[in-house]
Amino acid sequence: MNIESTATKRSPVVMAAAPTVPESVSTLAEDHMLNPGTPLHLDWLDTIRINQSAVERRTESLKARRSLKKAWQAAWLLKAVSCIDLTTLHGDDTPGRVRRLCAKALQPVRRDILVDLGLADMKLTTGAVCVYHSMVETAVAALEGSGVPVAAVSTGFPACMSPLDTRLQEIRASVAAGAREIDIVVTRHFVLTGNWPALYDEVCAYREACGTAHMKTIISTGQLGTLNNVARASMVCMMAGADFIKTSTGMEAVNATLPFSLVMIRTLREYCAETGAVVGFKPAGGISTAKDALQYLVLIKEELGDAWLDPDRFRFGASSLLGDIERQLEHYISGQYSAANRHPMG
Amino acid sequence: MDVAEAFNNMSYGPAPEAADRVSTWLEDHRDASSLFIGGEWVAPASGKQFASKNPATGEVLGHIAQADEDDIEQAVAAARAAQPGWAGLTGHRRARYLYAIARLLQKHSRRFAVLESMDNGKPIRESRDVDIPLAIRHFYHHAGWAQLIATELPEQQPVGVVGQVIPWNFPLLMLAWKIAPALAAGNCVVLKPAEYTSLSALMFAELCQEAALPSGVVNIVTGDGTTGAALVSHPGIDKVAFTGSTDVGRTIREQTAGSGKKLTLELGGKSPFIVFDDADLDSAVEGVVDAIWFNQGQVCCGGSRLLVQEGIRDKLVEKLKVRMGSLRVGDPLDKGIDIGAIVDERQRQRISRLVQQGVDEGATLWQPENSCPDEGCFYPPTLLLGVESSNVVAQEEVFGPVLSVMSFRTQKEAIELANNTRYGLAASVWSESISRALDVAPQLVAGVVWVNSTNQFDAACGFGGYRESGMGREGGKEGLYEYLKPTLSDDQEQDIPMPTGTMTGAGYTIDRTAKFYVGGKQARPDGGGSYAVFNPDGDYQGLAGEGNRKDIRNAVEAAFKASSWARTPAHNRAQILYYIAENLDYRFDEFTRRLQSLTGVTRRKAKREVEATVERLFYYGAWADKYDGAVHQPPIRGVALAMNEPLGIVAAGCPDDAPLLAFVSMLAPLMAMGNRSVIVPSQRFPLIATDFYQVLETSDVPAGVVNIVTGERDALLQVCASHNQVDGVWYHGVAAGSKLVEAASAGNLKRTWVNHGRKRDWLSEESGQGREFMREACQVKNIWIPYGDSV
Repeated sequence: MNIESTATKRSPVVMAAAPTVPESVSTLAEDHMLNPGTPLHLDWLDTIRINQSAVERRTESLKARRSLKKAWQAAWLLKAVSCIDLTTLHGDDTPGRVRRLCAKALQPVRRDILVDLGLADMKLTTGAVCVYHSMVETAVAALEGSGVPVAAVSTGFPACMSPLDTRLQEIRASVAAGAREIDIVVTRHFVLTGNWPALYDEVCAYREACGTAHMKTIISTGQLGTLNNVARASMVCMMAGADFIKTSTGMEAVNATLPFSLVMIRTLREYCAETGAVVGFKPAGGISTAKDALQYLVLIKEELGDAWLDPDRFRFGASSLLGDIERQLEHYISGQYSAANRHPMG
Repeated sequence: MDVAEAFNNMSYGPAPEAADRVSTWLEDHRDASSLFIGGEWVAPASGKQFASKNPATGEVLGHIAQADEDDIEQAVAAARAAQPGWAGLTGHRRARYLYAIARLLQKHSRRFAVLESMDNGKPIRESRDVDIPLAIRHFYHHAGWAQLIATELPEQQPVGVVGQVIPWNFPLLMLAWKIAPALAAGNCVVLKPAEYTSLSALMFAELCQEAALPSGVVNIVTGDGTTGAALVSHPGIDKVAFTGSTDVGRTIREQTAGSGKKLTLELGGKSPFIVFDDADLDSAVEGVVDAIWFNQGQVCCGGSRLLVQEGIRDKLVEKLKVRMGSLRVGDPLDKGIDIGAIVDERQRQRISRLVQQGVDEGATLWQPENSCPDEGCFYPPTLLLGVESSNVVAQEEVFGPVLSVMSFRTQKEAIELANNTRYGLAASVWSESISRALDVAPQLVAGVVWVNSTNQFDAACGFGGYRESGMGREGGKEGLYEYLKPTLSDDQEQDIPMPTGTMTGAGYTIDRTAKFYVGGKQARPDGGGSYAVFNPDGDYQGLAGEGNRKDIRNAVEAAFKASSWARTPAHNRAQILYYIAENLDYRFDEFTRRLQSLTGVTRRKAKREVEATVERLFYYGAWADKYDGAVHQPPIRGVALAMNEPLGIVAAGCPDDAPLLAFVSMLAPLMAMGNRSVIVPSQRFPLIATDFYQVLETSDVPAGVVNIVTGERDALLQVCASHNQVDGVWYHGVAAGSKLVEAASAGNLKRTWVNHGRKRDWLSEESGQGREFMREACQVKNIWIPYGDSV
């Protein structure tokens, strides 16, 4: 079965001939269009088989299979910092609050710590700053010239229950305001009822609205019922042109977990191998400790390879993670346990 | 390496586990070189010792005492002395000791893990997260059995002193599997650890002292194969429990034949890992990692034969190759290492030799580039592609990180290939179809089947093999029986002297011809011979066929064809047993007269025997659909089904005592549990059994389910015991016959159940029937079924 959706305005993409491992793409292309998408291949969904117990065994065992100590741990934590989408998504966000967050994104780790780590010249920033639409302009202004992109959550975030036109308009507005990345949410009932053409069309429409902005599709793993649905939804979003697939809004009862992530990145690997495209991955919600972050990076290295250990291809959606990493880094330098008040607030 | 460099290459870097405490322990014990006998540390009689090395570095860790026969004598004496006291404790007192051992092991867990990795070469992750926790769990679980044994397993008693010989692949875990159930059941042990890996057993001996275990309950004697041989052949041992190679297991079977020693063997395997095209392939790849690259592939139940459905074969192999590229081989004490060192250079050479032979026989070798450290005893993860069934690497156990890849077309072919081996230890089935997985699992000839998982172990679940992978189970209630024996009298069975007399009466009435009963038909003896049967008064009773090797061969062939009996619903098997009872009862008077005439017993006694026989058929008819397995609860989201499966084809030799009742008492439980049998009835009174086949003929018994061959019982049973298509032998007769059967069974290591000449009261409800018969008619298969599809 190979059904092409009628609603899409995107041109079908010619499949690469039997690719095995995706070519390494070093940096984001100018227009962020790493993944041109494909027609909707429903047969790609038919072959998806996920065994939940086996997936959980893998993630549990992986926690104990790799260990990072000393300089390596510090290096990996810095990598984690560079991959954070520093996020604030609150009804009481103000321009002042967002500016402070942006300042933190530009200087996420105390300068003296970087010096002590032998990285005085390092231009360490977070991967992006992630806000609601109304804060995009503020954030863009605050990050002007830094190269740190602003990501906007969009499309009726987090529930995706507003009219499609409104959602598309929201994307366009955020792009117009300077957001270079758009984190979209999808209609969960399309997944829960197996209406894949509808999901595909929806994400294709988002994709078009994003223009040259980088699209991260949030599938809300915690609401999809099964890991098989997580994989199928991921696959449909990638076929519809997602640049990143992202676990959660952070607002669901269960957000990012290692099993969800494993299923998504294995699906991503399958898609990339099939199409030659590159898609990134962003776990979000519930990742708050340095230890968590290292487990995710290990998972990425083991399952996707080193090429994905890069903010172009991997992001954490997190708000409090950075604080714990800063404390761990200071501990590595000083040998003494750190305290939150010793690190500037974001 | 500085942080910047690490940031740029995102490598893992070293993560060594601290070894200083264990080094101190080793330093303290460097020159100790002693045996743990009767609660004391004693020097070996010979004064000899050998070095124990760290295979990853070649460093000598310590010197191990070489025990000889004199030391074994001392150790067995110490165990014998301790035995009555230990067995005499209440279950609760024994539970306290086992609980204390579990607790102490837990408190010293890291020390044991580090020592194990240093001595064996296995990655610290495995010793820390698998070996030691499972060993601890085994002691906890069996502390529970000690507590419950008196009420849950009544009328059972300890076997006595147990000689235990364990392998080097899971040194402490195998010790726990051996010692915990033995102690729980009230036995004392003399345990010999493997030559390469004695250290954790010695550390465990110190822990027994710490737990104030009574002296002599656990004795640890170190040494090489000669020490083990001295232990298993010592007459003061009541039971031998061995884990190791099939060849050594076979030798032990031969050596202990007729000795009356109970025996459990956990031997080799060539376990299939079956991946269907509806499997979660990425998870299956991870399963392969756990199957064959766990413990450097030095796992008896390791999935060493990958059977993959043709349509997904290339895809799976590609995924495997990519995955193999990220396996990290190196320092076992590094916390980020997947594959450690091979236990010894000799083993590594053996692996290399077999791999080379596999390649010579047509396999294609593939190994990842990252591979191994230059120093130390390492072997890279290895794929052998294009392996055909005839290749040595499809048949022989390599016992290394070497996976043979084969493909299949259909489920049927997968099962055939999976079972195309002399072994039967474990199997792994990968499919997202519950119908398929649960259909395949029971058809695999293996003691453990893991659905969508592999190499899972738990103290609550039985582990052990079919076929030449061994006999007996370890773990669970099924494993506990291996350390218990029913209370039986010690009276010796005597064959009744062969009555003699003068042939009279032929032609006086219409001649009756007693034939064999083979494949549902009456069959004449292959040799064309008969022997005259007389009653004890010398009165001629008729002629019975003289069976020979070929008659047994034919009977086994007929039984082989009747394989559907095992799948016949238990209700139907029950109905047939009841129907036999009905038809026997219909001819009650005739059988009574025949028994009287044949055996010379009174009419009252003969009636009683026929009555008891009818009742016995009812008894096993009743049990046929009630001897259920169990659902174990291992610590997973899922279950392990302990299924009672028939052995297959079982040969049975019957005693002269109560010739009808004993014959039916063996036939009926075998039938009830789904076995096909080849039965040699009482040599003296065969005509009661040949009359009986007329009852079978009228009772809807499918052809080949029961086969009867008369003649020289012990000689015929020896043929059965050495027949490789026969799965089990029951023998109730004299001591010499028991020995013959046990010795002859060593060829394919079939299960045997012999009475060592001890008399059984067939009329008694306690010893003439019961669960023991059904246990012996079955083997337990544990099917692990993890489940879950909801997040």
